[in-house]
Amino acid sequence: MAATVHTRDGGSALGRSASRRSRGETPFRYASTGAGILLLAIMAAIAVFLVVEAIPALRANTGGFFTTQTWEPNATRPSFGIAALAFGTVFSALLALIMAVPVAVGVALFISHYAPRRLAGVLGYVVDLLAAVPSVVYGLWGITFLAPFMVGPSNFLHDHLGFIPLFGGDIVAGRSVLTASLVLAVMILPIIAAISREVFLQVPRAHEEAALALGATRWEVIRMAVLPYGRPGVISAAMLGLGRAMGETIAVALIFQATFDISLRILTPQGNSIAANIANRFGEATQTGRGALIASGLVLFVITLLVNMGARLIVARRKEFSGAAA
Amino acid sequence: MSQQIQVSGLDAYYGRHKAIEDISMTIEPNTITAFIGPSGCGKSTFLRTLNRMHEVIPGARVEGKVLLDGEDLYGPGVEPVSVRRMIGMVFQRPNPFPTMSIYENVAAGLRLNGRRSKSEVDGIVETSLKGANLWNEVKDRLGKPGAGLSGGQQQRLCIARAIAVRPEVLLMDEPCSALDPISTLAIEDLMAELKSKFTIIIVTHNMQQAARVSDRTAFFNLAGQGQPGRVIEMDDTSRIFTNPSQKATEDYITGRFG
Repeated sequence: MAATVHTRDGGSALGRSASRRSRGETPFRYASTGAGILLLAIMAAIAVFLVVEAIPALRANTGGFFTTQTWEPNATRPSFGIAALAFGTVFSALLALIMAVPVAVGVALFISHYAPRRLAGVLGYVVDLLAAVPSVVYGLWGITFLAPFMVGPSNFLHDHLGFIPLFGGDIVAGRSVLTASLVLAVMILPIIAAISREVFLQVPRAHEEAALALGATRWEVIRMAVLPYGRPGVISAAMLGLGRAMGETIAVALIFQATFDISLRILTPQGNSIAANIANRFGEATQTGRGALIASGLVLFVITLLVNMGARLIVARRKEFSGAAA
Repeated sequence: MSQQIQVSGLDAYYGRHKAIEDISMTIEPNTITAFIGPSGCGKSTFLRTLNRMHEVIPGARVEGKVLLDGEDLYGPGVEPVSVRRMIGMVFQRPNPFPTMSIYENVAAGLRLNGRRSKSEVDGIVETSLKGANLWNEVKDRLGKPGAGLSGGQQQRLCIARAIAVRPEVLLMDEPCSALDPISTLAIEDLMAELKSKFTIIIVTHNMQQAARVSDRTAFFNLAGQGQPGRVIEMDDTSRIFTNPSQKATEDYITGRFG
Protein backbone atom coordinates (compact mmCIF):
# COMPACT_ATOMS: atom_id res chain seq x y z
CA MET A 1 0.00 0.00 0.00
CA ALA A 2 2.48 2.57 1.20
CA ALA A 3 4.99 1.25 -1.29
CA THR A 4 3.35 3.21 -4.12
CA VAL A 5 4.13 6.52 -2.40
CA HIS A 6 7.53 7.77 -3.45
CA THR A 7 7.36 11.52 -2.94
CA ARG A 8 8.53 12.77 0.33
CA ASP A 9 7.98 16.47 -0.33
CA GLY A 10 4.84 17.83 -1.87
CA GLY A 11 2.96 14.55 -1.65
CA SER A 12 -0.43 14.32 -0.04
CA ALA A 13 -0.67 14.42 3.73
CA LEU A 14 -1.64 10.78 3.76
CA GLY A 15 1.33 9.88 1.55
CA ARG A 16 3.76 11.79 3.74
CA SER A 17 2.65 10.12 6.92
CA ALA A 18 2.65 6.74 5.22
CA SER A 19 6.23 7.12 4.02
CA ARG A 20 7.33 8.28 7.44
CA ARG A 21 5.74 5.27 9.01
CA SER A 22 7.36 2.92 6.52
CA ARG A 23 10.79 4.31 7.38
CA GLY A 24 10.50 2.81 10.84
CA GLU A 25 8.59 -0.18 9.51
CA THR A 26 11.22 -1.61 7.18
CA PRO A 27 14.18 -1.96 9.58
CA PHE A 28 11.87 -3.41 12.17
CA ARG A 29 10.49 -5.93 9.74
CA TYR A 30 14.01 -7.01 8.71
CA ALA A 31 15.14 -7.18 12.31
CA SER A 32 12.26 -9.38 13.40
CA THR A 33 12.45 -11.58 10.31
CA GLY A 34 16.18 -11.87 10.86
CA ALA A 35 15.69 -12.93 14.45
CA GLY A 36 13.24 -15.58 13.35
CA ILE A 37 15.60 -16.91 10.68
CA LEU A 38 18.54 -16.88 13.10
CA LEU A 39 16.59 -19.03 15.52
CA LEU A 40 15.77 -21.56 12.81
CA ALA A 41 19.37 -21.54 11.63
CA ILE A 42 20.67 -22.26 15.14
CA MET A 43 18.16 -25.08 15.55
CA ALA A 44 19.19 -26.55 12.20
CA ALA A 45 22.89 -26.22 13.04
CA ILE A 46 22.40 -28.07 16.33
CA ALA A 47 20.39 -30.80 14.65
CA VAL A 48 22.98 -31.24 11.88
CA PHE A 49 25.83 -31.29 14.41
CA LEU A 50 24.10 -33.92 16.54
CA VAL A 51 23.31 -36.15 13.58
CA VAL A 52 26.81 -35.87 12.12
CA GLU A 53 28.40 -36.71 15.47
CA ALA A 54 26.01 -39.57 16.13
CA ILE A 55 26.24 -41.41 12.81
CA PRO A 56 29.76 -42.95 13.16
CA ALA A 57 28.89 -44.25 16.62
CA LEU A 58 25.63 -45.73 15.39
CA ARG A 59 27.53 -47.40 12.50
CA ALA A 60 29.97 -48.97 14.96
CA ASN A 61 27.17 -50.24 17.23
CA THR A 62 26.92 -54.01 17.22
CA GLY A 63 23.66 -54.08 19.18
CA GLY A 64 20.30 -52.69 18.19
CA PHE A 65 20.18 -49.01 19.15
CA PHE A 66 16.49 -49.09 20.06
CA THR A 67 16.40 -52.49 21.74
CA THR A 68 19.70 -53.12 23.54
CA GLN A 69 19.63 -52.68 27.30
CA THR A 70 23.31 -52.01 27.91
CA TRP A 71 25.66 -49.10 27.34
CA GLU A 72 29.13 -50.30 26.31
CA PRO A 73 30.18 -47.94 23.53
CA ASN A 74 33.79 -47.85 24.69
CA ALA A 75 34.34 -51.60 24.29
CA THR A 76 36.21 -52.96 21.29
CA ARG A 77 32.89 -54.26 20.01
CA PRO A 78 30.65 -51.32 21.00
CA SER A 79 27.16 -52.32 22.04
CA PHE A 80 24.68 -49.81 23.32
CA GLY A 81 20.95 -49.17 23.17
CA ILE A 82 18.49 -46.58 24.22
CA ALA A 83 15.69 -48.90 25.35
CA ALA A 84 16.22 -48.87 29.12
CA LEU A 85 17.24 -45.23 29.17
CA ALA A 86 14.26 -44.03 27.18
CA PHE A 87 11.92 -46.10 29.31
CA GLY A 88 13.49 -44.78 32.53
CA THR A 89 13.24 -41.22 31.29
CA VAL A 90 9.56 -41.39 30.39
CA PHE A 91 8.61 -43.56 33.36
CA SER A 92 10.22 -41.40 36.04
CA ALA A 93 8.92 -38.22 34.41
CA LEU A 94 5.37 -39.58 34.22
CA LEU A 95 5.51 -40.62 37.88
CA ALA A 96 6.70 -37.14 38.77
CA LEU A 97 3.88 -35.63 36.74
CA ILE A 98 1.25 -37.79 38.44
CA MET A 99 2.49 -36.63 41.82
CA ALA A 100 3.05 -32.97 40.90
CA VAL A 101 -0.05 -32.03 38.91
CA PRO A 102 -2.70 -32.52 41.61
CA VAL A 103 -0.60 -30.65 44.15
CA ALA A 104 0.25 -27.89 41.70
CA VAL A 105 -3.37 -27.43 40.66
CA GLY A 106 -4.37 -27.36 44.34
CA VAL A 107 -1.74 -24.75 45.13
CA ALA A 108 -2.81 -22.68 42.12
CA LEU A 109 -6.49 -22.86 43.11
CA PHE A 110 -5.67 -21.93 46.68
CA ILE A 111 -3.65 -18.92 45.57
CA SER A 112 -6.16 -17.79 42.95
CA HIS A 113 -9.47 -18.52 44.69
CA TYR A 114 -9.18 -19.36 48.37
CA ALA A 115 -6.30 -17.54 50.02
CA PRO A 116 -6.72 -14.03 51.38
CA ARG A 117 -5.06 -11.57 49.03
CA ARG A 118 -1.97 -10.92 51.14
CA LEU A 119 -1.28 -14.59 51.82
CA ALA A 120 -1.81 -15.34 48.14
CA GLY A 121 0.89 -12.86 47.22
CA VAL A 122 3.40 -14.35 49.66
CA LEU A 123 2.58 -17.88 48.60
CA GLY A 124 2.88 -17.04 44.92
CA TYR A 125 6.29 -15.58 45.63
CA VAL A 126 7.43 -18.69 47.49
CA VAL A 127 6.28 -20.91 44.63
CA ASP A 128 8.26 -18.80 42.19
CA LEU A 129 11.26 -19.00 44.51
CA LEU A 130 11.02 -22.79 44.45
CA ALA A 131 11.57 -22.59 40.70
CA ALA A 132 14.76 -20.59 41.21
CA VAL A 133 16.56 -23.26 43.28
CA PRO A 134 19.39 -24.76 41.17
CA SER A 135 18.77 -28.35 40.22
CA VAL A 136 22.01 -29.61 41.76
CA VAL A 137 20.67 -28.44 45.12
CA TYR A 138 17.57 -30.56 44.59
CA GLY A 139 19.86 -33.46 43.71
CA LEU A 140 21.91 -33.06 46.87
CA TRP A 141 18.77 -32.74 48.93
CA GLY A 142 17.42 -35.87 47.27
CA ILE A 143 20.47 -37.99 47.93
CA THR A 144 21.38 -36.78 51.42
CA PHE A 145 17.94 -36.28 52.92
CA LEU A 146 15.13 -37.72 50.85
CA ALA A 147 16.77 -41.04 49.92
CA PRO A 148 17.43 -42.10 53.56
CA PHE A 149 14.07 -40.69 54.58
CA MET A 150 12.20 -42.67 51.91
CA VAL A 151 13.45 -46.02 53.19
CA GLY A 152 10.73 -46.15 55.83
CA PRO A 153 7.74 -45.27 53.63
CA SER A 154 9.12 -47.47 50.84
CA ASN A 155 9.29 -50.45 53.16
CA PHE A 156 5.74 -49.73 54.29
CA LEU A 157 4.51 -49.66 50.68
CA HIS A 158 6.47 -52.81 49.89
CA ASP A 159 5.11 -54.70 52.89
CA HIS A 160 1.48 -53.77 52.38
CA LEU A 161 1.14 -53.29 48.64
CA GLY A 162 4.00 -55.50 47.48
CA PHE A 163 1.59 -57.66 45.48
CA ILE A 164 1.30 -54.77 43.02
CA PRO A 165 4.31 -55.05 40.66
CA LEU A 166 4.97 -51.33 41.09
CA PHE A 167 5.86 -51.87 44.74
CA GLY A 168 7.28 -55.36 44.34
CA GLY A 169 10.85 -56.59 44.07
CA ASP A 170 13.39 -58.16 46.43
CA ILE A 171 15.32 -55.23 47.88
CA VAL A 172 13.95 -51.86 48.89
CA ALA A 173 16.29 -48.90 48.65
CA GLY A 174 16.22 -45.18 49.28
CA ARG A 175 17.88 -44.39 45.96
CA SER A 176 14.97 -45.64 43.88
CA VAL A 177 12.83 -44.50 40.98
CA LEU A 178 10.26 -43.32 43.52
CA THR A 179 12.75 -41.02 45.23
CA ALA A 180 14.01 -39.63 41.94
CA SER A 181 10.44 -39.05 40.77
CA LEU A 182 9.61 -37.27 44.02
CA VAL A 183 12.54 -34.92 43.53
CA LEU A 184 11.45 -34.36 39.94
CA ALA A 185 7.90 -33.69 41.15
CA VAL A 186 9.14 -31.01 43.53
CA MET A 187 11.21 -29.50 40.74
CA ILE A 188 8.39 -29.27 38.21
CA LEU A 189 5.74 -28.25 40.73
CA PRO A 190 6.53 -24.50 40.64
CA ILE A 191 6.24 -24.14 36.88
CA ILE A 192 2.95 -26.06 36.75
CA ALA A 193 1.55 -24.17 39.73
CA ALA A 194 2.64 -20.78 38.38
CA ILE A 195 1.11 -21.30 34.93
CA SER A 196 -2.07 -22.83 36.35
CA ARG A 197 -2.44 -19.90 38.74
CA GLU A 198 -2.17 -17.44 35.85
CA VAL A 199 -4.76 -19.38 33.86
CA PHE A 200 -7.16 -19.60 36.81
CA LEU A 201 -6.84 -15.87 37.44
CA GLN A 202 -7.86 -15.25 33.83
CA VAL A 203 -11.23 -16.95 34.17
CA PRO A 204 -13.72 -14.21 33.34
CA ARG A 205 -15.52 -12.85 36.37
CA ALA A 206 -18.78 -13.21 34.41
CA HIS A 207 -18.44 -16.99 34.31
CA GLU A 208 -17.79 -17.25 38.02
CA GLU A 209 -20.74 -14.98 38.76
CA ALA A 210 -22.94 -17.07 36.48
CA ALA A 211 -22.13 -20.12 38.59
CA LEU A 212 -22.55 -18.22 41.85
CA ALA A 213 -25.94 -16.91 40.77
CA LEU A 214 -27.08 -20.48 40.15
CA GLY A 215 -26.36 -21.18 43.80
CA ALA A 216 -22.97 -22.79 43.43
CA THR A 217 -20.64 -23.09 46.39
CA ARG A 218 -17.05 -22.02 45.97
CA TRP A 219 -15.94 -25.53 45.08
CA GLU A 220 -18.83 -25.85 42.62
CA VAL A 221 -17.83 -22.54 41.01
CA ILE A 222 -14.35 -23.95 40.57
CA ARG A 223 -15.65 -27.19 39.11
CA MET A 224 -18.20 -25.49 36.88
CA ALA A 225 -16.37 -22.43 35.62
CA VAL A 226 -12.73 -22.33 36.67
CA LEU A 227 -11.37 -25.82 35.97
CA PRO A 228 -13.03 -26.30 32.56
CA TYR A 229 -11.87 -22.87 31.46
CA GLY A 230 -8.35 -23.49 32.72
CA ARG A 231 -8.09 -27.02 31.36
CA PRO A 232 -6.05 -26.29 28.22
CA GLY A 233 -3.70 -24.10 30.21
CA VAL A 234 -3.22 -26.74 32.89
CA ILE A 235 -2.51 -29.36 30.22
CA SER A 236 0.08 -27.09 28.62
CA ALA A 237 1.62 -26.46 32.02
CA ALA A 238 1.75 -30.20 32.75
CA MET A 239 3.41 -30.90 29.41
CA LEU A 240 5.97 -28.19 30.06
CA GLY A 241 6.61 -29.84 33.41
CA LEU A 242 6.89 -33.27 31.76
CA GLY A 243 9.42 -31.87 29.32
CA ARG A 244 11.44 -30.47 32.18
CA ALA A 245 11.27 -33.69 34.14
CA MET A 246 12.49 -35.71 31.14
CA GLY A 247 15.33 -33.31 30.45
CA GLU A 248 16.39 -32.90 34.07
CA THR A 249 19.98 -34.07 34.43
CA ILE A 250 22.04 -33.47 37.48
CA ALA A 251 19.45 -34.10 40.20
CA VAL A 252 18.50 -37.51 38.85
CA ALA A 253 22.09 -38.35 37.90
CA LEU A 254 22.89 -38.12 41.60
CA ILE A 255 19.96 -40.26 42.72
CA PHE A 256 19.56 -42.93 40.04
CA GLN A 257 21.58 -46.11 40.46
CA ALA A 258 22.44 -46.08 36.74
CA THR A 259 21.12 -49.54 35.92
CA PHE A 260 20.01 -50.75 32.52
CA ASP A 261 16.82 -52.69 33.14
CA ILE A 262 13.31 -52.01 31.97
CA SER A 263 11.37 -52.49 35.18
CA LEU A 264 8.19 -51.09 36.64
CA ARG A 265 9.48 -51.54 40.19
CA ILE A 266 9.80 -48.13 41.74
CA LEU A 267 11.16 -49.14 45.15
CA THR A 268 14.13 -51.27 44.13
CA PRO A 269 17.66 -49.86 43.73
CA GLN A 270 17.55 -49.15 40.02
CA GLY A 271 16.70 -46.50 37.49
CA ASN A 272 18.31 -44.36 34.84
CA SER A 273 17.46 -41.73 32.30
CA ILE A 274 18.92 -40.41 29.07
CA ALA A 275 20.04 -37.14 30.58
CA ALA A 276 21.46 -38.76 33.72
CA ASN A 277 23.34 -41.25 31.59
CA ILE A 278 24.87 -38.47 29.53
CA ALA A 279 26.00 -36.66 32.66
CA ASN A 280 27.47 -39.81 34.20
CA ARG A 281 29.22 -41.15 31.12
CA PHE A 282 30.46 -38.11 29.26
CA GLY A 283 33.72 -37.75 31.18
CA GLU A 284 34.94 -41.25 30.45
CA ALA A 285 33.61 -41.43 26.91
CA THR A 286 35.81 -42.17 23.91
CA GLN A 287 35.07 -40.93 20.39
CA THR A 288 32.42 -43.60 19.86
CA GLY A 289 31.11 -43.14 23.40
CA ARG A 290 30.51 -39.45 22.79
CA GLY A 291 28.73 -40.20 19.56
CA ALA A 292 26.56 -42.73 21.33
CA LEU A 293 25.63 -40.22 24.03
CA ILE A 294 24.81 -37.63 21.40
CA ALA A 295 22.57 -40.14 19.66
CA SER A 296 20.75 -40.69 22.94
CA GLY A 297 20.37 -36.91 23.27
CA LEU A 298 18.72 -36.88 19.85
CA VAL A 299 16.25 -39.48 21.06
CA LEU A 300 15.45 -37.35 24.11
CA PHE A 301 14.89 -34.41 21.79
CA VAL A 302 12.45 -36.43 19.68
CA ILE A 303 10.57 -37.70 22.76
CA THR A 304 10.17 -34.15 24.06
CA LEU A 305 8.94 -33.05 20.66
CA LEU A 306 6.35 -35.85 20.59
CA VAL A 307 5.14 -34.93 24.07
CA ASN A 308 4.66 -31.32 23.04
CA MET A 309 2.79 -32.30 19.89
CA GLY A 310 0.59 -34.62 21.93
CA ALA A 311 -0.23 -31.77 24.30
CA ARG A 312 -1.18 -29.52 21.41
CA LEU A 313 -3.48 -32.21 20.06
CA ILE A 314 -5.21 -32.57 23.41
CA VAL A 315 -5.66 -28.82 23.73
CA ALA A 316 -6.95 -28.45 20.17
CA ARG A 317 -9.39 -31.34 20.40
CA ARG A 318 -12.08 -29.36 22.22
CA LYS A 319 -11.21 -25.98 20.80
CA GLU A 320 -14.80 -24.94 20.11
CA PHE A 321 -15.50 -25.38 23.80
CA SER A 322 -12.36 -23.56 24.89
CA GLY A 323 -13.97 -20.23 25.66
CA ALA A 324 -11.66 -18.43 23.28
CA ALA A 325 -14.72 -17.27 21.34
CA ALA A 326 -16.48 -15.79 24.37
CA MET B 1 -45.56 -20.23 43.67
CA SER B 2 -43.90 -16.83 43.68
CA GLN B 3 -43.50 -14.94 46.87
CA GLN B 4 -43.59 -11.39 48.06
CA ILE B 5 -40.35 -9.48 48.61
CA GLN B 6 -40.18 -6.84 51.33
CA VAL B 7 -37.08 -4.70 51.67
CA SER B 8 -36.65 -2.40 54.63
CA GLY B 9 -33.92 0.07 55.55
CA LEU B 10 -31.33 -1.47 53.26
CA ASP B 11 -27.85 0.05 52.92
CA ALA B 12 -25.06 -1.44 50.81
CA TYR B 13 -21.38 -0.64 50.98
CA TYR B 14 -18.27 -1.16 48.88
CA GLY B 15 -15.61 -1.02 51.58
CA ARG B 16 -16.25 2.32 53.29
CA HIS B 17 -18.19 3.76 50.40
CA LYS B 18 -21.93 3.67 50.90
CA ALA B 19 -23.45 2.89 47.51
CA ILE B 20 -27.15 2.81 48.39
CA GLU B 21 -28.98 4.08 51.42
CA ASP B 22 -32.19 3.36 53.23
CA ILE B 23 -34.06 1.49 50.54
CA SER B 24 -37.47 0.11 51.41
CA MET B 25 -39.97 -1.37 49.02
CA THR B 26 -42.47 -4.14 48.57
CA ILE B 27 -42.56 -6.24 45.43
CA GLU B 28 -45.68 -8.32 44.82
CA PRO B 29 -45.51 -11.83 43.41
CA ASN B 30 -45.96 -12.38 39.65
CA THR B 31 -45.26 -8.79 38.74
CA ILE B 32 -42.51 -7.18 36.73
CA THR B 33 -40.75 -4.35 38.52
CA ALA B 34 -38.36 -2.07 36.64
CA PHE B 35 -35.53 -0.10 38.23
CA ILE B 36 -34.61 3.01 36.29
CA GLY B 37 -32.25 5.87 36.99
CA PRO B 38 -28.96 7.41 35.88
CA SER B 39 -25.74 5.36 35.77
CA GLY B 40 -24.03 4.83 39.09
CA CYS B 41 -27.15 5.41 41.18
CA GLY B 42 -27.08 1.94 42.70
CA LYS B 43 -29.80 0.09 40.73
CA SER B 44 -27.58 -2.87 39.94
CA THR B 45 -26.06 -2.82 43.41
CA PHE B 46 -29.53 -3.00 44.93
CA LEU B 47 -30.52 -5.78 42.55
CA ARG B 48 -27.48 -7.76 43.62
CA THR B 49 -28.34 -7.39 47.29
CA LEU B 50 -31.60 -9.22 46.60
CA ASN B 51 -29.86 -12.54 45.92
CA ARG B 52 -26.80 -11.89 48.06
CA MET B 53 -24.54 -11.48 45.04
CA HIS B 54 -23.39 -8.09 46.31
CA GLU B 55 -21.27 -9.63 49.03
CA VAL B 56 -19.13 -11.72 46.66
CA ILE B 57 -17.20 -8.54 45.83
CA PRO B 58 -14.31 -8.18 48.31
CA GLY B 59 -15.12 -5.60 50.96
CA ALA B 60 -18.78 -5.34 50.03
CA ARG B 61 -21.46 -5.65 52.72
CA VAL B 62 -25.13 -5.06 53.31
CA GLU B 63 -27.18 -3.75 56.23
CA GLY B 64 -30.94 -3.99 56.48
CA LYS B 65 -33.56 -6.58 55.77
CA VAL B 66 -34.77 -8.40 52.69
CA LEU B 67 -37.76 -10.61 53.43
CA LEU B 68 -38.78 -13.27 50.94
CA ASP B 69 -42.19 -14.51 52.01
CA GLY B 70 -41.47 -13.24 55.50
CA GLU B 71 -38.05 -14.84 55.90
CA ASP B 72 -35.00 -12.58 56.15
CA LEU B 73 -32.46 -13.47 53.47
CA TYR B 74 -29.77 -11.85 55.63
CA GLY B 75 -30.91 -13.61 58.79
CA PRO B 76 -28.49 -15.66 60.85
CA GLY B 77 -28.01 -19.17 59.54
CA VAL B 78 -29.24 -18.33 56.04
CA GLU B 79 -26.83 -19.63 53.43
CA PRO B 80 -26.17 -17.29 50.48
CA VAL B 81 -26.00 -20.39 48.30
CA SER B 82 -29.58 -21.38 49.13
CA VAL B 83 -30.78 -17.79 48.61
CA ARG B 84 -29.30 -17.80 45.13
CA ARG B 85 -31.03 -21.06 44.31
CA MET B 86 -34.36 -19.39 45.07
CA ILE B 87 -33.58 -16.12 43.35
CA GLY B 88 -32.12 -16.49 39.88
CA MET B 89 -30.17 -13.87 37.98
CA VAL B 90 -29.56 -12.88 34.38
CA PHE B 91 -26.62 -10.58 33.70
CA GLN B 92 -25.98 -7.64 31.44
CA ARG B 93 -23.70 -9.52 29.11
CA PRO B 94 -24.79 -13.02 28.12
CA ASN B 95 -22.48 -15.37 30.03
CA PRO B 96 -23.10 -18.99 29.06
CA PHE B 97 -20.35 -21.31 30.26
CA PRO B 98 -18.02 -21.46 27.24
CA THR B 99 -16.80 -24.96 28.00
CA MET B 100 -20.31 -26.40 28.06
CA SER B 101 -22.77 -27.34 25.37
CA ILE B 102 -26.21 -25.76 25.13
CA TYR B 103 -27.67 -28.73 26.98
CA GLU B 104 -25.03 -28.67 29.71
CA ASN B 105 -25.51 -24.95 30.21
CA VAL B 106 -29.20 -25.36 30.93
CA ALA B 107 -28.56 -28.39 33.11
CA ALA B 108 -25.72 -26.69 35.02
CA GLY B 109 -27.89 -25.51 37.89
CA LEU B 110 -29.72 -28.83 38.16
CA ARG B 111 -26.45 -30.63 38.72
CA LEU B 112 -25.88 -28.50 41.81
CA ASN B 113 -29.12 -29.66 43.36
CA GLY B 114 -28.21 -33.30 43.52
CA ARG B 115 -28.48 -36.22 41.16
CA ARG B 116 -31.42 -36.62 38.87
CA SER B 117 -32.24 -39.18 36.25
CA LYS B 118 -31.25 -38.49 32.67
CA SER B 119 -34.83 -38.40 31.48
CA GLU B 120 -35.80 -35.95 34.19
CA VAL B 121 -32.93 -33.62 33.26
CA ASP B 122 -33.83 -33.99 29.58
CA GLY B 123 -37.38 -32.95 30.39
CA ILE B 124 -36.35 -29.90 32.42
CA VAL B 125 -33.85 -28.81 29.77
CA GLU B 126 -36.58 -28.98 27.16
CA THR B 127 -39.19 -27.10 29.20
CA SER B 128 -36.64 -24.48 30.21
CA LEU B 129 -35.52 -23.90 26.65
CA LYS B 130 -39.15 -23.77 25.56
CA GLY B 131 -39.83 -21.37 28.42
CA ALA B 132 -37.03 -19.17 27.13
CA ASN B 133 -38.38 -19.36 23.55
CA LEU B 134 -35.15 -20.95 22.38
CA TRP B 135 -36.14 -24.60 21.93
CA ASN B 136 -37.07 -24.42 18.26
CA GLU B 137 -33.81 -22.72 17.38
CA VAL B 138 -31.49 -25.11 19.21
CA LYS B 139 -33.28 -28.45 19.54
CA ASP B 140 -31.17 -30.00 16.77
CA ARG B 141 -27.84 -28.85 18.19
CA LEU B 142 -28.06 -29.24 21.95
CA GLY B 143 -24.55 -30.72 21.98
CA LYS B 144 -22.99 -27.68 20.33
CA PRO B 145 -21.20 -25.06 22.44
CA GLY B 146 -23.43 -22.42 24.00
CA ALA B 147 -20.91 -19.74 23.11
CA GLY B 148 -21.56 -20.41 19.43
CA LEU B 149 -25.05 -18.89 19.53
CA SER B 150 -25.86 -15.29 18.65
CA GLY B 151 -25.90 -12.70 21.43
CA GLY B 152 -29.70 -12.72 21.74
CA GLN B 153 -29.80 -16.52 21.74
CA GLN B 154 -27.05 -16.63 24.35
CA GLN B 155 -29.06 -14.33 26.59
CA ARG B 156 -32.14 -16.51 26.20
CA LEU B 157 -29.92 -19.50 26.97
CA CYS B 158 -28.90 -17.74 30.18
CA ILE B 159 -32.57 -17.17 30.99
CA ALA B 160 -33.26 -20.86 30.36
CA ARG B 161 -30.35 -21.74 32.65
CA ALA B 162 -31.74 -19.45 35.35
CA ILE B 163 -35.33 -20.75 35.17
CA ALA B 164 -34.27 -24.40 34.96
CA VAL B 165 -33.74 -24.48 38.73
CA ARG B 166 -37.29 -23.12 39.22
CA PRO B 167 -36.47 -20.03 41.26
CA GLU B 168 -39.14 -17.88 42.91
CA VAL B 169 -37.72 -14.64 41.61
CA LEU B 170 -35.79 -13.72 38.48
CA LEU B 171 -33.43 -10.74 38.65
CA MET B 172 -32.38 -9.23 35.32
CA ASP B 173 -29.55 -6.73 35.24
CA GLU B 174 -29.91 -4.77 31.98
CA PRO B 175 -30.52 -8.02 30.10
CA CYS B 176 -30.95 -6.35 26.71
CA SER B 177 -28.27 -3.69 26.74
CA ALA B 178 -25.88 -5.82 24.69
CA LEU B 179 -28.56 -6.97 22.24
CA ASP B 180 -30.02 -5.75 18.95
CA PRO B 181 -33.65 -4.53 18.80
CA ILE B 182 -35.09 -7.82 17.51
CA SER B 183 -33.43 -9.86 20.23
CA THR B 184 -34.55 -7.23 22.73
CA LEU B 185 -38.13 -7.65 21.60
CA ALA B 186 -37.83 -11.42 21.92
CA ILE B 187 -36.66 -11.07 25.52
CA GLU B 188 -39.36 -8.54 26.36
CA ASP B 189 -42.05 -10.89 25.02
CA LEU B 190 -40.46 -13.65 27.06
CA MET B 191 -40.64 -11.58 30.24
CA ALA B 192 -44.35 -11.09 29.78
CA GLU B 193 -44.77 -14.87 29.55
CA LEU B 194 -42.49 -15.64 32.48
CA LYS B 195 -44.44 -13.28 34.71
CA SER B 196 -47.08 -15.92 35.31
CA LYS B 197 -44.51 -18.16 36.97
CA PHE B 198 -41.94 -15.84 38.47
CA THR B 199 -41.58 -12.48 40.09
CA ILE B 200 -39.34 -10.49 37.78
CA ILE B 201 -37.17 -7.50 38.63
CA ILE B 202 -35.33 -5.78 35.82
CA VAL B 203 -32.75 -3.02 35.78
CA THR B 204 -32.88 -1.05 32.55
CA HIS B 205 -31.52 2.10 31.00
CA ASN B 206 -34.15 1.95 28.32
CA MET B 207 -37.20 3.83 29.51
CA GLN B 208 -39.39 2.59 26.68
CA GLN B 209 -38.52 -0.88 27.80
CA ALA B 210 -39.49 -0.12 31.38
CA ALA B 211 -42.76 1.38 30.17
CA ARG B 212 -43.48 -1.58 27.88
CA VAL B 213 -42.78 -4.50 30.16
CA SER B 214 -43.14 -3.49 33.79
CA ASP B 215 -46.07 -3.22 36.16
CA ARG B 216 -44.24 -1.18 38.74
CA THR B 217 -41.29 1.18 38.35
CA ALA B 218 -38.80 2.47 40.89
CA PHE B 219 -36.76 5.55 40.10
CA PHE B 220 -33.28 5.63 41.67
CA ASN B 221 -31.12 8.72 41.97
CA LEU B 222 -28.28 10.10 44.00
CA ALA B 223 -27.94 13.55 45.52
CA GLY B 224 -24.48 14.07 44.06
CA GLN B 225 -21.12 12.53 43.19
CA GLY B 226 -20.00 10.18 45.98
CA GLN B 227 -23.42 10.25 47.66
CA PRO B 228 -25.34 7.02 48.13
CA GLY B 229 -28.17 6.21 45.74
CA ARG B 230 -31.77 6.24 46.97
CA VAL B 231 -35.19 5.36 45.69
CA ILE B 232 -36.82 8.66 44.79
CA GLU B 233 -40.16 7.25 43.81
CA MET B 234 -41.83 3.93 43.24
CA ASP B 235 -45.27 3.55 41.75
CA ASP B 236 -47.32 1.86 39.05
CA THR B 237 -45.44 2.15 35.78
CA SER B 238 -48.33 3.95 34.06
CA ARG B 239 -48.32 6.59 36.75
CA ILE B 240 -44.52 7.04 36.80
CA PHE B 241 -44.48 7.68 33.08
CA THR B 242 -47.55 9.91 32.93
CA ASN B 243 -47.89 11.66 36.22
CA PRO B 244 -44.90 11.21 38.54
CA SER B 245 -45.17 12.81 41.93
CA GLN B 246 -41.53 13.89 42.09
CA LYS B 247 -39.96 16.60 39.94
CA ALA B 248 -36.69 14.60 39.63
CA THR B 249 -38.56 11.61 38.19
CA GLU B 250 -40.29 13.76 35.63
CA ASP B 251 -37.01 15.42 34.64
CA TYR B 252 -35.39 12.04 34.19
CA ILE B 253 -38.10 10.37 32.15
CA THR B 254 -38.51 13.38 29.90
CA GLY B 255 -34.77 13.38 29.26
CA ARG B 256 -33.93 16.63 30.98
CA PHE B 257 -31.03 15.01 32.84
CA GLY B 258 -29.31 11.70 33.35
